[in-house]
Amino acid sequence: MIRTVVAVSAIVLGLGAALAQQDPIAARRALMKSNGDQAKIGVAMMKGEAAFDLEKVHKIFAAWADAAEKMPSLFPETSKTGGDTAADPKIWANMDDFKGRFAKFATDVKEASAKVTDLDSFKAAFGSIGKNDCGGCHEQYRVKKS
Amino acid sequence: MRKLSLIAAAVAAIVALALWVVTVPASVPSSVLPPHTPDLGNGRTMFHIGGCASCHATPNADPAKVDGTRLGGGLALKSPFGTFYVPNISPDPADGIGAWSAADFVTALWTGTSERGRHLFPAFPYTSYQSMQLPDVRDLFAYIKTLPPVAGRARRHDIAFPFNIRRLVGIWKLLFLHGKPFVADPEKSAALNRGNYLVNGPGHCAECHSPRNALGAIVEDQRFAGGPSPDGRGWVPNITPAGLANGDAVWSEKDIASYLADGMNPAGDFAGGAMAEVVRNTAKLSTEDRAAIAAYIASLPPRQGPKPPPKRP
Repeated sequence: MIRTVVAVSAIVLGLGAALAQQDPIAARRALMKSNGDQAKIGVAMMKGEAAFDLEKVHKIFAAWADAAEKMPSLFPETSKTGGDTAADPKIWANMDDFKGRFAKFATDVKEASAKVTDLDSFKAAFGSIGKNDCGGCHEQYRVKKS
Repeated sequence: MRKLSLIAAAVAAIVALALWVVTVPASVPSSVLPPHTPDLGNGRTMFHIGGCASCHATPNADPAKVDGTRLGGGLALKSPFGTFYVPNISPDPADGIGAWSAADFVTALWTGTSERGRHLFPAFPYTSYQSMQLPDVRDLFAYIKTLPPVAGRARRHDIAFPFNIRRLVGIWKLLFLHGKPFVADPEKSAALNRGNYLVNGPGHCAECHSPRNALGAIVEDQRFAGGPSPDGRGWVPNITPAGLANGDAVWSEKDIASYLADGMNPAGDFAGGAMAEVVRNTAKLSTEDRAAIAAYIASLPPRQGPKPPPKRP
């Protein structure tokens, strides 16, 4: 049983890595989409449409931290256009600043995950990360074409 | 033959004279302004909803680091007609508007005319600001006068001929500037009227959220239905109900109001592009004003806008 699990995980991880190699645009779009799906869970809690759930909060932050770690390598020089990418060409002119933002995102998210205990602390952390980390990067480096 | 060419020359001269006359830049004389005690708090509100700092503040490579109180100008605004360099409107008496009278400022916002009587290019959205009520314009002027003076002038605009001929803007104004102040609709609630005023006046939302014609004016029957970003960077969404009930998320009126406070949309995404800058301003408004804006936007008639370019595989 354990061997099956290990084998399957290895294949999935390997496939994921292969996908990233072959199609970084698709891989990064998928990661960002998943960030958004996690954010939606947080938004529902913020609005009082779903009950506050600390375990779900930790999952959100874990998913974001994971994405923040994977994203920087998904912007090779060959991936500037195509695949319906919303990446702004400025990324490649400012790669240090761009990558730095993912590092900051990961740091902020890990800090938040340790500090959040209830709805109020979650609202503060989520709002701040959303505005500064998500929004700040989107403002400069994402161009929505439609 | 000579007689025909003389008549043709005379007609041309008369037409030119007529055009010259109708394109005289309008201005508001000081004599028509009643006495007014400025309300600086209201002036600050107008400053935020007007988004003045977003264009007029001295730029920074990172927009989040701009000091919105230093209105030294210099930002490059790209457009289909060339690049405009936003002027200094700090209270500096030499390089900014420190020497302007209240009437000069009202003239600029209502008629798009400079203090020297020249047409201002409609990159400055006086097509929206013209609807602002006089006390709000004067309060805004008074508020700007409290900000620090910043020395230095922006460089001249870089616009292609013939668009750089200011006098021709007079014809553009005849075609596209209605010149009417905002009038509240007695059949609508106070909130809807306030939202209408904020959105179509100082908020100038339609200036980005609408498609434009070849002369750079808003296509009125597609107002708010989205279009290519005026600065050439991406697409601005349709914010009529046809656009808001589409795509990643369905927006409620509450969603719109909260988005203007924190940039968070119902899909869990956060405002990016030029809208991030707008949200930095709307976040500073009162909850009631954001609610009014949301109420008005939610009440817009659904409209289809231009189709964005097809997704490239």
